[in-house]
Amino acid sequence: MLGAAGAGLLGRNALAEGVALDTRLPEGLRENAAMEALPGKAPLIRLSSRPPNYETPLAAFRTAITPNNQFFVRYHLSGLPEQAELARDWKLSVGGDAARQPVAFSLAELQRLPAAEVIAVCQCSGNRRGLFQPHVPGVEWGLGAMGNARWQGVRLRDVLARAGVKPEAVELFLDGADGPPVAETPDYRKSIPISRALHEDTLLAFAMNGEKLPLLNGYPVRLVVPGWTATYWMKHVTQLTVSAKPLDNFWMKAAYRVPRNLFATDAPFTTQQTAANEPITRILVNSVVANLRDSDRVAAAGFSVEGVAWDGGAGIQRVELSTDGGKAWRPATLGENLGRYSFRRWSQRLSAPAGAVEVRVRAVSRSGEQQADHLVSNPAGYHHNVVQALRLVAA
Amino acid sequence: MRALRVAAVGLALALPARAAVTELRPGPGAEVTAANCAACHSLDYIMMNAPFLDQAGWTAEVAKMVNVFRAPVEPSLMPEIVAYLARHYGPAPR
Repeated sequence: MLGAAGAGLLGRNALAEGVALDTRLPEGLRENAAMEALPGKAPLIRLSSRPPNYETPLAAFRTAITPNNQFFVRYHLSGLPEQAELARDWKLSVGGDAARQPVAFSLAELQRLPAAEVIAVCQCSGNRRGLFQPHVPGVEWGLGAMGNARWQGVRLRDVLARAGVKPEAVELFLDGADGPPVAETPDYRKSIPISRALHEDTLLAFAMNGEKLPLLNGYPVRLVVPGWTATYWMKHVTQLTVSAKPLDNFWMKAAYRVPRNLFATDAPFTTQQTAANEPITRILVNSVVANLRDSDRVAAAGFSVEGVAWDGGAGIQRVELSTDGGKAWRPATLGENLGRYSFRRWSQRLSAPAGAVEVRVRAVSRSGEQQADHLVSNPAGYHHNVVQALRLVAA
Repeated sequence: MRALRVAAVGLALALPARAAVTELRPGPGAEVTAANCAACHSLDYIMMNAPFLDQAGWTAEVAKMVNVFRAPVEPSLMPEIVAYLARHYGPAPR
């Protein structure tokens, strides 16, 4: 009964259909966004159709694992590959000046390597950008540019071992089968530190929650970099280049950067740092309420608040709720621990005197990091992990 | 993968057709703005960045599309596009 908005609506104006988009999102977005089902997907919140940028409705975060057909879709450039083409022609090439030899894998060859899996949150760096005040330009995501899945594939380091990584390697360059609308547009290519490429949890995944990857989530193979934001999780990956030099392109040098030392990280991306800024890396501790929205009505006698919490790999230590403006906090009950990179479910029952009540929720990681009380502004609108404060009406 | 990329552009068109018919607000410059912007992306990008981008903000966005993303926009058309966006998708005039 509460928070039922979101699921099951088709291709209509979001506001008209009662999809309560956060009123802090840009007005133009709220007028234009709609629930719409892409091929193979349940209805998602359409922010843009070409390239497709669709976010997951809030109700999907009532479970720890996000269903494949509700998993968010994000592309930078509008040249998307076709499923049939990928199924027929896809191969993975591995080489580069810091690889001992070039090698190539078909999907069947890749699948013969030892199996590996990890449950991990895939979160767009710009998740919640639309909630920034003042607004910053970009894709104006609300709460749903993220999802949590069981990623199944092989370890990237096992793939790289077949090529052989020379000691002088500093980065692994990543390229996928998607491309730009015009040849002159910088293709979406990224790199990760070689140490991250060789990390035991970094995978090349060909399955997600027990099924092959949906086309729009990277079929047939995508990179999975647990703990780091999705900009590095290259979809439809076709080319891995082991390099003795840092990647020099728009997507590394200008995009996806944050002011130097403004946000904590587990592993600074040293080969891409400048005096002023550095690449975004680790996901910050965060939480979301999945069953209630701002201005919802609740029963004064008792109502439940539930959602998920996550961070960049320390794991969730506790989730706390406050109904007195943040003076007193009481712990939520945590759900099953699915691993340190996963969403962790939490829930709590509250009651409140009739009238307006503000519910705040904050997550604390096992490394002691907690959500921000105030927005940490940065030019591109990344890392929004401000404590939610829902204004509810108890009756 | 070059071969895949060439084939790819077709799919973008096969995605829901609604984007193609997204209408900009009528006014001088609407057609040239729609034609140039929609060559590479749906016009949703304009709506969702409104109305908080002002004249300076839209100038920067159009410049980024041309100078960084290499959008094939005639330089002489840029002022008209910016003026249209600032007027129809910028803050309300005081």
